[in-house]
Amino acid sequence: MAFNHKDLLGIRELSVEEINSILDTAESFKEVSRRSIKKVPTLRGKTIINFFFEASTRTRTSFEIAAKRLSADAINISASTSSVTKGETLIDTARNLEAMAPDAIVIRHPTPGVPHQLARLIDAAIINGGDGAHEHPTQALLDAFTIRERKGRIHGLQVAIIGDIMHSRVARSNTHLLTKMGAHLRIAGPRTLIPTQYEKIVEDSEGSLTVCDRIEDAISGSDVVMMLRIQRERMSDAFFPSLKEYSIQYGLTAKRLELAASDAIVMHPGPVNRGVEISSEVVDSAHSLVLDQVTNGVAIRMAVLFLLAGGKTEAHSD
Amino acid sequence: MEMKTKRRIMDAAGINRALSRLASQIVERNVGTNDLILIGIRRRGVPLAERIADRIEQFEGARPPLGQLDITLYRDDLSTVGPSPVVNRTDIPVDVTGRAIVLIDDVLYTGRTVRAALDQIVDFGRPSRVELAVLVDRGHRELPIQADYVGKLVQTTEIEIVKVMLADYDEDEQVIVVEKE
Repeated sequence: MAFNHKDLLGIRELSVEEINSILDTAESFKEVSRRSIKKVPTLRGKTIINFFFEASTRTRTSFEIAAKRLSADAINISASTSSVTKGETLIDTARNLEAMAPDAIVIRHPTPGVPHQLARLIDAAIINGGDGAHEHPTQALLDAFTIRERKGRIHGLQVAIIGDIMHSRVARSNTHLLTKMGAHLRIAGPRTLIPTQYEKIVEDSEGSLTVCDRIEDAISGSDVVMMLRIQRERMSDAFFPSLKEYSIQYGLTAKRLELAASDAIVMHPGPVNRGVEISSEVVDSAHSLVLDQVTNGVAIRMAVLFLLAGGKTEAHSD
Repeated sequence: MEMKTKRRIMDAAGINRALSRLASQIVERNVGTNDLILIGIRRRGVPLAERIADRIEQFEGARPPLGQLDITLYRDDLSTVGPSPVVNRTDIPVDVTGRAIVLIDDVLYTGRTVRAALDQIVDFGRPSRVELAVLVDRGHRELPIQADYVGKLVQTTEIEIVKVMLADYDEDEQVIVVEKE
């Protein structure tokens, strides 16, 4: 059950066994966050750089807390305060960071593939904290962890993913992960926001993927309803007439949620736009696991940092 | 890797007798079970702690709370080569502050596992006292750590391996000394 990668760049490259090993490891780390002293000495003396070229509250804070609970030194750099604004190229910045010998670099960047390029150039472990509309592996892992924790399994579950699939790295990583683990996905959103041939992502996996036009068709009988934010910052064109119309057609209301299984869980990667993709009533209902997702994010990131930045041992001796 | 069995130092009955003696020594020294917490070190310390708790319950009519520790996150040999170790769950069900803890493990060897366990316990609180009970003490300490309760003291060489086999995890119930071929 070993996890032998230098980097975590996406879910697509991972096997079911590797995903399970990250989720199992995270389960043990969740306990650490419940202690009165929320810190273990595991990554003492390791340096972790959070390099964020896009706005982020949850992911950056979550990685920083995860690093600190493992006793690693975490340094945060955001693009606006870095030398990137003085004209340095990304690769030069990265090489300079590497010269300071970090053990892991968490990178978020608006351009897909940037973490992959850094991984080839740099010895430190690279963790993709979100690259454009491509992948956001730790988000998918924490979502899977949350589903598994609540439902006891992922295999065979009906999962609806609603919204802006096209611009969502969360949807892409979750599609890879959940279908690999044998879930059945139903995707709904405006056709303009669903990539053509999106079904092809799940070829040779245990699960399945169906694209629906109406939110009702996707939600009916679902065990999990995953809502996505409209990513206006990534939109260059008009993909739908207005936010109001989007909300009327694809917003999750308490009434629509009644179509799902009675014990259905509602998830959202945040930030939530109340009244747009999801009503306040649903966000605050007992079905909603939005804050559990955030709590579990710390455990997942602790597991990933542990597995990549030093959780390795030569032999198991007592 | 082939292992050659060199000698058997305890059979199932021997393990049982040793655990009964450890249990009675623990309640004798702690004057009953008030404040006592038994904490097994994963993996084989956990079933041993359960068995000692069963015996204490027989003697005293009260069962001390049980906890379990996984010391992986506190190891001093986490390095960058080899496969990732599996991190298992740590579970201490009660507040340890002010309580008397008996740590339980199968074999006491270098003492490094116990060092890690002590560091981990103090992250949970400030126990009034921590004692150590082991089924086998095989010598070769690398740290100044000693057990308070010992099932059996065994002379070994450093190339030998002491294998505690318990029905909970293994096909047999015995303690043997093996050596790499």
